[in-house]
Amino acid sequence: MDSRERARLTRTHVLRTISGAGLGHVGGDFSVTDILAVLYSDVLRFDPANPQWPDRDRFVLSKGHAAVSFYTTLAMSGYFDLDELTSFAAEGSMLNGHPARAKVPGVETSTGPLGHGLPVAVGMAIGARIRGQQWRTFVVTGDGELQEGSNWEAAMLAGHRSLGNLTLIVDRNRLQQGARTEETNALDPLDAKFEAFGWEAVEVDGHDHEQLRRELTRTHDKPLVVIANTTKGRGVSFMEDLAVWHHKVPSPEQVDAALVEIGTSS
Amino acid sequence: MNAVTMTDCRKPFAETLIELARQDERIVAVCNDSVGSSNLGEFQTLFPDRLVNVGIAEQNMVGVGAGLANAGLIPFVCGASPFITGRALEQVKVDVAYNRSHVVLCGMSPGFAYGELGATHHSIEDLAWLRAIDGLDVVVPADARQTAAAVRWAATNNGPSFLRISRTPVPEINEREDTDFKPGTSETLLIGSDATIIATGTMVWRAMDAARQLGNEGVSVGVINMASIAPMDEAAVVRAAHTTRLLVTVEESVPRGGLGGAVAEVTAHYSPVRMRMLGTDTFAPTGNVEELTRHFGLDSESIAATVRAGLA
Repeated sequence: MDSRERARLTRTHVLRTISGAGLGHVGGDFSVTDILAVLYSDVLRFDPANPQWPDRDRFVLSKGHAAVSFYTTLAMSGYFDLDELTSFAAEGSMLNGHPARAKVPGVETSTGPLGHGLPVAVGMAIGARIRGQQWRTFVVTGDGELQEGSNWEAAMLAGHRSLGNLTLIVDRNRLQQGARTEETNALDPLDAKFEAFGWEAVEVDGHDHEQLRRELTRTHDKPLVVIANTTKGRGVSFMEDLAVWHHKVPSPEQVDAALVEIGTSS
Repeated sequence: MNAVTMTDCRKPFAETLIELARQDERIVAVCNDSVGSSNLGEFQTLFPDRLVNVGIAEQNMVGVGAGLANAGLIPFVCGASPFITGRALEQVKVDVAYNRSHVVLCGMSPGFAYGELGATHHSIEDLAWLRAIDGLDVVVPADARQTAAAVRWAATNNGPSFLRISRTPVPEINEREDTDFKPGTSETLLIGSDATIIATGTMVWRAMDAARQLGNEGVSVGVINMASIAPMDEAAVVRAAHTTRLLVTVEESVPRGGLGGAVAEVTAHYSPVRMRMLGTDTFAPTGNVEELTRHFGLDSESIAATVRAGLA
């Protein structure tokens, strides 16, 4: 599926799923949507019929609160039926508020508490090296999440070992749950921080599929961080760049208006 | 009396790990600048590409271990027990246990094995913390033979586990030939009719000494080696509660939530019985291992005294 169409459908399912369940993190779901769409349309090698295929590329969504975007992506990629999304957060569903490896096919590692994904991804990349295998590891973190120290322990090790088979995409929407990252505990200059840790750093527009595709499909000798400048709530004018939409649930009227804006008539 | 050989269990741990690594190239070791204290020097020499030293970074170490397991390797993640547990507890919970990852967490030098280094370096809370985590098998070997057996079991157990490996030398607790370890089982070392001591790890041989002293006085005391803290051999606890009128638990850790708490949960549910719980109930004062053992009433004379008082 074309990544643009995939992104439109993802946003559509996210709106309906969160509205139906009465909970979710729509702002972060929408900032990461285009990144997930490009990864699953054009970058990752995987086999939904065989989720444990040893040579698959590994993908880790460290910002586990963007679960609905991720679940939608996995369903559209064939890991499970799209109808399963209607069970999101319902009693006994495999789709709880944060992705769990033991429950959901296609989820490589459980996330939710922040700062867990990058260390696990570094372990995956070291594992591929030890085994002499060519698959690659991709991990998406939020930006506020980089305030967790465990990320920098992992970043240091990845740089030390020159893990060219590891790519980190930072969903740089500049908002954390309560306020702007730069007002809370500033992250800039993010590229210089990673470069100092032995990484190659590039900045892209995180909603420009061509830019994302170019950086995510090329080879690199050092671990690569793609700082993807994004907008929280991207695609819906009344949600964009507002901290309140971190986990606010849209009303039915807001869902209808949002669907029109993203190109899906309700 | 014959001279007794006392063994630092990090030695059989490392020897067995190397033996397994020769047979299975998926075996790797992960450590936090603890090549020496985890006794991984020879492993590093033999398998330099299969030793991942992450530096002084325990949260990353446990996460990296989970990632290595995802890549199809079998990681033994080694660090001083206070740090691999306390510092990285959420990684143990999420990356290892909730993921159902085949990661073997190896808590080296637990309890008050670091003696004079002080309470920061003591790992007395680990059993209580880890026993609360769903699906994590918690194993405390009592001697060299059981350490080797536990390492072999952990390598083939397709799930998360924690091995508590002490540096404090211990004798072999008996001449048994059975070298298999099975989680959820225990070893009845002595059968008694008055009281039963349930001990774990470095405390098992001391419990045996106490039981022998009491036997010489005409007090019949059984001893159970409870190496599998989670899951626990509940049937053995119930049997002891039915056949003796006092249970004394002995551990190099906090009884609240540790072995003592675990045994009390079983007896409260199935067979209430008088209990005494010996362990480290406070941060330790300054002292070496022997001094701290006496301070907490964990030497064989003190264990025997607790049994006597409990039966009175």
